Amino acid sequence: MTEAPGSTGQTNLAGLTRNDYRGAPSTLCQGCGHNAISSQIVAAMYELSVLPEEVLKFSGIGCSSKSPTYFLGRSFGFNGLHGRMPSLALGALFADVSMHAIGVSGDGDTASIGIGQFKHLVRRNLPMVYIVENNGVYGLTKGQFSATAEKGLSLKKEGTNLYDPVDICMEAMVANATFIGRSFAGDPKQVKELIKAAFSHRGIAVLDIISPCVTFNNKDDTVHSYVFGKEHEVRLHDLIFTPARDTLTIEDYEPGTAKDVELYDGSTITLRKLEKDYDPTNRVEAWRVLEESKEKRELVTGLIYVDTKSRSMLDYYKLPEKALNRMTEAELRPGVETIDRINELMF
Amino acid sequence: MSVSTDVNPEGPQAQTAVVNDFVITFCTINGSGSATANSTLMRAIFKMGVPVSGKNIFPSNIQGLPTWYSIRVNKEGFLGRKEHDQIIVAMNPATFGKDLEFLDPGGVVFYSDDIKQPTMREDLVYYAMPVKKLIRNAEVPPTLRDFIANMVYVGVVAQLLNISLQAIYDALNFHFKGKKTPVESNFNVIKAAYEWAAENLEKKDPFRVEPMTATDGYILADGNVAGALGSIYGGVQFFAWYPITPASSLAESLIEYLPQLRTNAETGKQNYVVVQAEDELAAIGMAVGGGFAGMRSMTSTSGPGLSLMAEYLGLAYFSEVPVVVWDVQRVGPSTGLPTRTAQGDMTEVYFMSHGDTNFVMLFPGSINECFEMGWKALDLAERLQMPVVVLSDLDLGMNQWMTPKFRYPDRPMDRGKILWEDTFDKFLSEHDGKWGRYLDVDGDGIPYRTVPGNRHPRASYFARGTGHDEFARYDEDKHVWERVFDRVGQKYQTAKQYVPDAAVSIQEGAKFGILAVGSTDQSIQEARHILEAQGIHSDYLRVRAIPFTQTVEDFLSTHETVYVIEVNRDGQLKQLLSLTFPELAGRLRKMTKMDGLSLSAEWIVNELTSQEDKKL
Repeated sequence: MTEAPGSTGQTNLAGLTRNDYRGAPSTLCQGCGHNAISSQIVAAMYELSVLPEEVLKFSGIGCSSKSPTYFLGRSFGFNGLHGRMPSLALGALFADVSMHAIGVSGDGDTASIGIGQFKHLVRRNLPMVYIVENNGVYGLTKGQFSATAEKGLSLKKEGTNLYDPVDICMEAMVANATFIGRSFAGDPKQVKELIKAAFSHRGIAVLDIISPCVTFNNKDDTVHSYVFGKEHEVRLHDLIFTPARDTLTIEDYEPGTAKDVELYDGSTITLRKLEKDYDPTNRVEAWRVLEESKEKRELVTGLIYVDTKSRSMLDYYKLPEKALNRMTEAELRPGVETIDRINELMF
Repeated sequence: MSVSTDVNPEGPQAQTAVVNDFVITFCTINGSGSATANSTLMRAIFKMGVPVSGKNIFPSNIQGLPTWYSIRVNKEGFLGRKEHDQIIVAMNPATFGKDLEFLDPGGVVFYSDDIKQPTMREDLVYYAMPVKKLIRNAEVPPTLRDFIANMVYVGVVAQLLNISLQAIYDALNFHFKGKKTPVESNFNVIKAAYEWAAENLEKKDPFRVEPMTATDGYILADGNVAGALGSIYGGVQFFAWYPITPASSLAESLIEYLPQLRTNAETGKQNYVVVQAEDELAAIGMAVGGGFAGMRSMTSTSGPGLSLMAEYLGLAYFSEVPVVVWDVQRVGPSTGLPTRTAQGDMTEVYFMSHGDTNFVMLFPGSINECFEMGWKALDLAERLQMPVVVLSDLDLGMNQWMTPKFRYPDRPMDRGKILWEDTFDKFLSEHDGKWGRYLDVDGDGIPYRTVPGNRHPRASYFARGTGHDEFARYDEDKHVWERVFDRVGQKYQTAKQYVPDAAVSIQEGAKFGILAVGSTDQSIQEARHILEAQGIHSDYLRVRAIPFTQTVEDFLSTHETVYVIEVNRDGQLKQLLSLTFPELAGRLRKMTKMDGLSLSAEWIVNELTSQEDKKL
């Protein structure tokens, strides 16, 4: 696991140590990709100097959905129903719109039972980081096919998968997601930088992270395995996230070798060009790389698409500064003088 | 046709006037704009100070199917449904023959003169109305003609029943929110028809409306509007919903009234949020999220939607999230009769979700109680930290009832046991520095909760449906599970001291008891009045909440025979009473009817009389 500069013991700008961002010990399998992602959430939050009290965690049901217990122990969280984390998060976020939200789901939770709520969450552009820990298999019920399982995949007790998989990023594209990233649990630095950027985005940020299931679906030639990821990952760019306060330190790259995307809170994500140019603000390009990677059976990773202009769901409501959940009776109950007017409005 | 006064010589002749006591039913086709005409007449009668109610029997369809609207006028204030009509207004040729069957002998038929007559009953009074002709002569834009045609019967009926034109004008003005053009175009047609009737029709029937002062202090409203307004006064902040008949108008009433009542006049900011969800699975998920995060949170639905909400309500029960669900009941199972009324969701709610669950259930029995339970349900949910389901029904929710004016809440909001940063510190200092989300320190089963946004570094917790200990930590230990789960169950006992108590009405020398819930109240009261006049006295208890209070047990204990009257097939309330009070179950008698209509006093009287006769 990559340790960021300022390791254990040191405090960040919020005066907190890395320990303040940890959760309970993981009960997932040794080597599970989800643990690597939890670690990167801890690292990203620590490096962003986020106050844990200002983050809300959500999940549905499955191995992935257990993981919010394993990071940000000082944050509120709610482990909801299978596939129905989006509605839970949506309701909760209106209570205090100064909070940030991280949701962790899996491919079963999002692409099967939860596909409806996922799409509606995306179309509403609720500001939250929505991580899909994608391993192509149901782990907690011991190894059944998920909707992202590759066609032709064979599993021990299930036989062969007959159907084409759901592509989380494509589904997000169709629903007009404003931030879509794909990554690989075996590429922790990229995962961390994407989480930081997603956290700074004002809108839905979908991260489809291939996160191998070492127990049920990790054969070398299958698309959700560590070996396949290591061998077939094609990074669109190198990602360097720079928080708003540090924008003066953004490195100058040779013209044409990097692209900066400024995010809602003033932070910047710098995309350093690798083999080819890639513009993640171009929807057509996004479709092209997703289609091509499918054809070539490659794991394309990076920031696939971003739109920093669209309004988030919360921006459509004229909400006061004061959090709704702190409102008192004086603010919530209409005055006694209004009751006569209301009675007159009847007949 | 010049048979506007073609009264059968053998038929009824001028009799003693029947004043302020009749039912008139309008037989029309839905989508024809008749709702405006019918509500105008009802409001006009109300405006004249005469007690009145309206019931809409409508199909699950938008345009082209038969629909009936019954207005009951009753000087004594009994406004439940009647089995028969005294007057009909027949505008639908397809149902004309059938519509005549609604009438008592001596009844009155106003009918559109383009209806080709099949055989007519000879014991009725007929008035033909030249609807087409009067509309042709009226100054009305051609596009509006179909919609305004119904105003012809408003004018003719008003003239013959002595309903004041001024009251009709006031009703139209209210309906069209003071917009001059529609008010005038409609009123012109009504006036022309009124004048035509005065010149051409001879009064042959005894029915009349005379002004009274019995509606002072009353309003006309439906239960969905009342429930929405009550919730607004209860401070509802987050409302997620999905359209379903007959609950949609509750949501739409919130959308109508929240902006005017809950927007800050200076800043223009709103302290509420309404979201139309993608389905009921999401609506309840959103509402549970909102309740978890400390907002007064609510949804509304009917039986099919409630079925979809069951799983999230189970999670809310076990993770102890306050949330209010309005179930405006309709006829089930399955799609059932979506536009007809029932009290058929009681056992569904009682047993809802898997595992052992208990939900607080509230039963409004009047429009005013819909308002009152609107705010009380939100108090109860936060006090008890559990879902509260308010069971209204289509008859209460969508029909217009005369009701005392809405009363401002008579007690402050109860936000229950919630800790913010300062009170959290105080709590820690008073409890050896120890707080657990699911730790009961008061002995009433209700712990202290915190909500997201509380910045105290020790205030957070992780909510979950899996086993957890008092400190919200994942735990599968058998002792922990039993301890925590039994404590959650204890709250249901605690609830009895907070829920609205049953309403009891005693008659001296009662032969038996009657027990019911909700919208059957009006007809039961009327039935008791009728029976009392026959010397048959009864006591009556109306359950207003489950868990059942001590008052319910006392009532059962003190009555040898208790008729449980309800609008479903299987006697669901009786089933729940039998489960709760097995030793008293032998006293309960099932009395149910389920035909999509609200119960009538006549049916109740007949059933009670025949069941009592069987006892002899």
